[in-house]
Amino acid sequence: MSVRTLAKDQPASFAFNAEFLARAQKVIAKYPAGRQASAVIPLLDFAQRQEGWVTQPAIDVIAKMLDMPSIRVLEVATFYTMFELHPVGKHHIQVCTNLPCQLRGSDKVLHACKNKLGIGAGEKTPDGKFTVVEVECAGACVNAPVAQIGDDYYEDLDEAAMGKILDALLRGEKPKHGPQNGRVNSGPLGKFTTLNDDPTQKIPMQDLNAAKAAFEKAKAEAAAKAAAPKP
Amino acid sequence: MLADKDRIFTNLYGHHDWRLAGARARGDWEGTKEILAMGQDWIIDEMKRSGLRGRGGAGFPTGLKWSFMPKTEGDRPHYLVVNADEGEPGTCKDRDMLRFDPHKLIEGCLIASFAMRAHACYIYVRGEFYNEASNLQVAIDEAYAAGLVGDNACGSGWKFDIYVHRGAGAYICGEETALIESLEGKKGQPRLKPPFPAGVGLYGCPTTVNNVESIAVAPTILRRGASWFSSFGRPNNAGTKVFCISGHVNNPCNVEDAMSIPLKELIEKHCGGVRGGWDNLLAVIPGGASVPVLPKSICDTVLMDFDALRDVRSGLGTAAVMVMDKSTDIVAAISRLSAFYKHESCGQCTPCREGTGWMARVMKRMVKGDATLAEIDTLEQVTYQVEGHTICALGDAAAWPIQGLIRHFRPELERRIAAYRDAKTRASAKAA
Repeated sequence: MSVRTLAKDQPASFAFNAEFLARAQKVIAKYPAGRQASAVIPLLDFAQRQEGWVTQPAIDVIAKMLDMPSIRVLEVATFYTMFELHPVGKHHIQVCTNLPCQLRGSDKVLHACKNKLGIGAGEKTPDGKFTVVEVECAGACVNAPVAQIGDDYYEDLDEAAMGKILDALLRGEKPKHGPQNGRVNSGPLGKFTTLNDDPTQKIPMQDLNAAKAAFEKAKAEAAAKAAAPKP
Repeated sequence: MLADKDRIFTNLYGHHDWRLAGARARGDWEGTKEILAMGQDWIIDEMKRSGLRGRGGAGFPTGLKWSFMPKTEGDRPHYLVVNADEGEPGTCKDRDMLRFDPHKLIEGCLIASFAMRAHACYIYVRGEFYNEASNLQVAIDEAYAAGLVGDNACGSGWKFDIYVHRGAGAYICGEETALIESLEGKKGQPRLKPPFPAGVGLYGCPTTVNNVESIAVAPTILRRGASWFSSFGRPNNAGTKVFCISGHVNNPCNVEDAMSIPLKELIEKHCGGVRGGWDNLLAVIPGGASVPVLPKSICDTVLMDFDALRDVRSGLGTAAVMVMDKSTDIVAAISRLSAFYKHESCGQCTPCREGTGWMARVMKRMVKGDATLAEIDTLEQVTYQVEGHTICALGDAAAWPIQGLIRHFRPELERRIAAYRDAKTRASAKAA
């Protein structure tokens, strides 16, 4: 486990804007009455989307909204690693360095960040626009190495591809996410080895009446056997 | 090799329309009402007979798990919770199901919930999968609008609500009781079992937690019949399975094939072989980060199923195959996994909280060889002191990769220790 603490410098207050307030009410309604604490993760996420990071005043506001002690919300905010407890860059670059990405060159991806932005993992550019962090498995291992920027996954990276993405971000563009080497999602590069047939071909269902009859018969036989006097 | 007509995930690569119209054209939501009309007992019996074993890693029979839920609805509502907190290193199959075949999952949720007498289902998606959760939500909205779920799901008379819940980055929430804790708005720390979730789960109510793949295959199994599904794979290892092959292969990919396919065939048929050819293979981790590594000699012949991999003291896990060729620093590879478990330990149980950190530190020294020969045995002993002494299986998962390394690559550890010692002796002789 890692030790995560709140930032020293905190803003004076927090309030959800109208959009996030409406979304928060909708999320709270997903859970049974009295179980509104279930919405704590989504609400912390909304606060982070609005402010860029999770602040102490936001924790207190959410605690009040969900009728929870503040300490319980703080516990959640510090436990889950997606909650940023310190301000991060506008472009928050999360490079996966777990084994499948390491095997396919995630160190080159980090190297590209160092080259283009001048920062290593855990650092922020002086203008505050970029942060780079190492993260644990992003869950896109057959497209390794992977970096998550904002909500999007950039896949099948190498040093050149990552460099291009960073150049685009530096120019203020939004590069296309997904695989960067021309493959179709998680399929093999080049020709598919499977799923080449028409997927809309009709496949007949099993005979449900016959299945039901067989099931009832087996059940009756089992019941008869259980009821039969033991020899 | 499995024929395309026998594949369940026909849009695994997202090359077709993933929305309702596309899903219906591929056969989803066909005859759902008729399947529900067969009744709870038949559905559970059919799932049992299909031989489906849970696809989340542990391989517990799915139909049997469903049968543990109370047979009547009491004061407490029943819940189905779908575990889409996919984060086992190497594993990325649920991601494709969420984003490209969401209707298979939603239909499966309805059928499974009906079979277990649940009127509500939560799908817990890992927080990083933002776009995947968005697709799933769009698909759920379509299903509500079409009357497939809701007050009278598919015209069956069953009231069924389904919700997406996003997590926020904690591997441990893939453990079912930690997931329930997290869904209740707490830190994701596993609960002691018993009581099991089927008795006391979400909000203290009867709950079943299933993996995405286990639920998403259910509608097709029920449509085509248990005997169709069980015709693939060896006995006790039935069905088709989505494999994730990453690492040093020419074409890493996800692919659905029959269970019990030889590992070598899987890699050569679908991934263009090992980089540099089969003889360039060093080792494979066959089932996600938690299962012990296998050297090439075992990989030559091993079958990809629960029993075959258990027999070689590894496991199928999530069928996430990580391939390492001879250029790999195997000690550094396992050390990376140790660092991962240290990071993800929830901190609740002392053997895991302290043990994962200790093991990661020793492994880091082993990479350089900065250790004594006796420390290899000490390290192995410590793994056995962590394994089986914690509330959940994370402690075991942290121990097994190191045990596999020592079992199969001990000479490499010894070589490094000797080389490090020699270099140090030479350096101090030179200084003198």
